Amino acid sequence: MTDIFKILEPGAYTTVQDEGRFGWQRFGVPPAGILDSFAGTVANMLVGNTVNSALLELTFTGPKLEVLSSADIAVTGALMPIFLNGISVPGWQTLRVFSGDILEIGTTKSGCRAYLAVSGGIDVPVVMNSRSCYVGAAIGGFKGRALQQNDVLKHGDGRRIEHIRKMPSRLIPSYTTEITLRAIPGPQDEFFDEGLAVFFGAEFKVSPKANRMGYRLQGPVISQIKGMPQSIISEPSLPGGVQIPQDGQPIVLLTEQTVGGYTKIATVISVDIPKIAQAMPGDTVRFVRTDIEAAHEACKVQKTLLETIMEEMTETGCVIRPYERRSIDWASEEIVSKLISSLNQI
Amino acid sequence: MNPVIYDIPEFRLAGDRGLLVEFGNAISPEINQRVRAMTIALDKSFLPGVLEIVPTYRSVIVVYDPLMTNPSRLQPDLLALNAKLSQIEIPQPSEIVIPVCYGKEFGPDMEFVARHNNLRVEEVISLHSSQRYLIYMLGFSPGFPFLGGLPDKLHTPRLSTPRTLVPAGSVGIANNQTGIYPVASPGGWQLIGRSPVKLFDPENENPFLLKAGDYLRFEPVSEDEYNRLAGERRQ
Repeated sequence: MTDIFKILEPGAYTTVQDEGRFGWQRFGVPPAGILDSFAGTVANMLVGNTVNSALLELTFTGPKLEVLSSADIAVTGALMPIFLNGISVPGWQTLRVFSGDILEIGTTKSGCRAYLAVSGGIDVPVVMNSRSCYVGAAIGGFKGRALQQNDVLKHGDGRRIEHIRKMPSRLIPSYTTEITLRAIPGPQDEFFDEGLAVFFGAEFKVSPKANRMGYRLQGPVISQIKGMPQSIISEPSLPGGVQIPQDGQPIVLLTEQTVGGYTKIATVISVDIPKIAQAMPGDTVRFVRTDIEAAHEACKVQKTLLETIMEEMTETGCVIRPYERRSIDWASEEIVSKLISSLNQI
Repeated sequence: MNPVIYDIPEFRLAGDRGLLVEFGNAISPEINQRVRAMTIALDKSFLPGVLEIVPTYRSVIVVYDPLMTNPSRLQPDLLALNAKLSQIEIPQPSEIVIPVCYGKEFGPDMEFVARHNNLRVEEVISLHSSQRYLIYMLGFSPGFPFLGGLPDKLHTPRLSTPRTLVPAGSVGIANNQTGIYPVASPGGWQLIGRSPVKLFDPENENPFLLKAGDYLRFEPVSEDEYNRLAGERRQ
């Protein structure tokens, strides 16, 4: 456990997350956790961590950090410009950083959430089996809240990897402003008839009311069958559930709600949750109907994809310069000496 | 609606990781008893691929790993468990007493609740604290109890504009429900009092004071008593 980052500027909404806090939903504690599990998993893989290591989830604008000890880091997810000591460096690959480095992550160009993983994982106290921050009850993460200026984060004793890892570029997701989500009808699809056709046929816009609890969408009104009750007896909520409140405007639930009393017309399949987690207000969302067999097949494909990525990023094992060569011209002597030492270490 | 317990539970798909099992059509102690029995049965049976079980008023959701199991494999196991629910021993419910300082700055909506129901403040307190409420389920926020048994005479609509911050321990009424906020959060319930008792403590081995299936009773305390209890808690 060593100090790793001092927060110089916190960014728009930066929290510590891991896979989530499971087993407590029956007591009203939602799982929270990494919203884009694909990008989060790859970030941890790039620095040699286990998949459940805690990392930073950055929203819209990233933080400015002072590095306090040497470590491997990687940034994945939304396309946020990354600067190490003022020099532009790439995402989706391992970067070696040293004490005194300044890491600055800017405002997204596409996507909404980026993930900053560090070797050994971010070390904050484990609360109820997880390090995930749930701001709603001020638990987990760093003091149960989003990061603030002057916070100092620690990381675990992770071993640094021997070869820099790089996500195969053909597999880096692109985050478009028009997204399509596959959804399985239910649990309350029988409350709707024409409403289902509207839901699976129309275009919706992401409203500004979009956060880790859920995304409110705007579009044509989805009506229930006349005479059906306007709400249901409160039942558990799961990520991906699409609630239709009285105003007929869908809400796609994410990871910070435990129960709800609105009817749910459909549920977004788990491998498509990262797509909605990367959507920004104003983006367009369409839903396409799928079934459970296809959804489970997609889960298998996803697992194979992650295995392929792991194999390729470790097998290629190429030594990649951590900084762009053209940038060295105007880098300080200190950086150049660090660069040389880092190359030696690799 | 008359409460009906289904002969065979109804299964509903909740996406590709959740199977919802419904035991009846209403909020009733008998249906909720089935939910509790099934939860105990599932907790003991460790079905392969089952990750989490979430009981609510009249349903249980089974969260599973789609790489390990699926609804067509789970349903026969769930039906087999359901057939033996009568053999499940449900622990005797406890009664938890929650001290509440009613009114004043702790219950800013007390006057409104009294006026709305044509009652005096003392009558609201006496009615609210003379019931034994069944804790049907926890949800909404950590340790928040959904209680059954609010007297008809106390039903009061929600605030038209929710408060941005309701302090932890606040006791409120919303339509036919009463409850207590374990953590500070936004909320639209009419606040009639506050309890100094901590309902959620993440540092504790058992972080929750309340359990589904237990009963809860509110006990009026003076402001001095409230302060004394709040002081004890801090030590």
